[in-house]
Amino acid sequence: MNAPLQGHTVSKPTTAAQALLSVDKVSLEYRTPQRVVRATHQVSFDIDPADRFVLLGPSGCGKSTLLKAAAGFIQPVEGEIRLQGQRVDAPGPDRIVVFQEFDQLPPWKTVKQNVMFALLASKTLKRKEAEERALHYLEKVGLAAFADAYPHTLSGGMKARVAIARALAMQPKILLMDEPFAALDALSRRKMQEELLLLWEEVRFTLLFVTHSIEEALVVGNRILLLSPHPGRVRAQVHSHQYDLHSLGGEAFQASARRIHRLLFDEGQSPQSERELDFADIRIAY
Amino acid sequence: MSHSSSPREEFEVVLQPLASVPLERELALGQRLWQQGWLRKSLILILLAILWEAVARYQNNDLLLPSFLQTSHALYDGLLSGELLGKVWISLVVLVKGYLIGIVLAFALTTLAVSTQFGRDLLSTLTSMFNPLPAIALLPLALLWFGLGQNSLIFVLVHSVLWALALNTYAGFLGVSETLRMAGRNYGLKGMRLVLFILIPAALPSILAGLKIGWAFAWRTLIAAELVFGATSGKGGLGWYIFQNRNELYTDKVFAGLAVVILIGLLVENLVFDSLERVTVKRWGMQR
Repeated sequence: MNAPLQGHTVSKPTTAAQALLSVDKVSLEYRTPQRVVRATHQVSFDIDPADRFVLLGPSGCGKSTLLKAAAGFIQPVEGEIRLQGQRVDAPGPDRIVVFQEFDQLPPWKTVKQNVMFALLASKTLKRKEAEERALHYLEKVGLAAFADAYPHTLSGGMKARVAIARALAMQPKILLMDEPFAALDALSRRKMQEELLLLWEEVRFTLLFVTHSIEEALVVGNRILLLSPHPGRVRAQVHSHQYDLHSLGGEAFQASARRIHRLLFDEGQSPQSERELDFADIRIAY
Repeated sequence: MSHSSSPREEFEVVLQPLASVPLERELALGQRLWQQGWLRKSLILILLAILWEAVARYQNNDLLLPSFLQTSHALYDGLLSGELLGKVWISLVVLVKGYLIGIVLAFALTTLAVSTQFGRDLLSTLTSMFNPLPAIALLPLALLWFGLGQNSLIFVLVHSVLWALALNTYAGFLGVSETLRMAGRNYGLKGMRLVLFILIPAALPSILAGLKIGWAFAWRTLIAAELVFGATSGKGGLGWYIFQNRNELYTDKVFAGLAVVILIGLLVENLVFDSLERVTVKRWGMQR
């Protein structure tokens, strides 16, 4: 192919020692009744503390599967995922996932109980401290007034906020977000991105964020890993720490977006190949 | 077409506070009353009673069809003398025993089914074998094994509750979303704790439906079983009361017995299960 670099050679710097989460030549497979499908092939990357690391790629590049592997739900068939040097082999409360689906919140618990439930189930805190911490983080995401509401009475954006508050309250080593805003309408999504960045300014958590929107990747992340589809391999790593919501539509931002677009779809320089693209694969939405 | 010549001009409006129109208003009294389920259902019951009374008077044969008022009278007498209440008590004790044992077994079976492949196969094989088998058909066998007593009744009751409830509960467990399971596992829940804290509450709509069906099956089976073989160690329940009075041609008492069966069914359905649904699945927005 015309990829200039082989995937795993991109990010094998000598700084691997301080990395918080290191994904080392990980191949993932999933099974359908007929066949075994390779989702990613020898993907490597390192996430440092307080990184906002984004996995970006079209559907079928295995980015969600990678995130689930980092969470411990899926075991790699080759390679290894390490959190602070410890091999990841099961789900645990030090890596909290925020899912895209709204039903990640148990509907039988109020907003406050939902946040407390995570703390109690993982035996992180006793009931009283759990309640205090839950209220603290609900305050942070602006939902203190809704502490006693049931999830089904909330809007999509509010449910996403509860999930984020619940994840932050756990104070995990790393926060894993699997297209958390993809099910929201465009305006709510933008607002949530803004709030997520504000929360990061305040708390400085480490974030692994999966998305299929180039704009979202540029806005949310400080580093973007581009994956090629079928199976997912590392295509490039791009810096994006200079962009935030205010850079939308700016010259440099557009140039980066175009560069990522080109890298993802292997366009080369010729404009003719543009017609062969499957634009349904990528969402450029605001 | 020139854009500058368009007669539709841009404009902006400064919004004033809206004071002239109320933002919400109450429904009319009639509409609010009609929203009350118990009121609508009572109305249906009253209509049925009137229809019954009219047909009975037209028929004019107490032996075949006693009127609503005669039945009420017999019911009132039965309740006042304590005879009917005693029978109800005997039946309910047996019923609750069988029901509870059935629930425990159903949960054991479904928990096994969600955790192992063997459990899954066991549950599906057993339910497809025994669910179509009428509980009452097992009664002769039960009598042979457990003798003429409560235990035979409890055996057929367990049979009638177990499969319906296990099927519903298992279907409910399967319907729990993958995201919710993963969220639970993310917080370190597994095994029994995952079943208890995630699967059971998430599957509660199906479990409640199973409990309702199980209750109805058990109640039906019990009355039928008492009609067939009557007294348990000398003391008969409600079914026996109905059977005995039919033999003695006290048709109004037969109707009173049937009315009690219906009333208890209505009470349990409307008080126990409806309240249970109201404070759980309806409150949580899992069921309308």
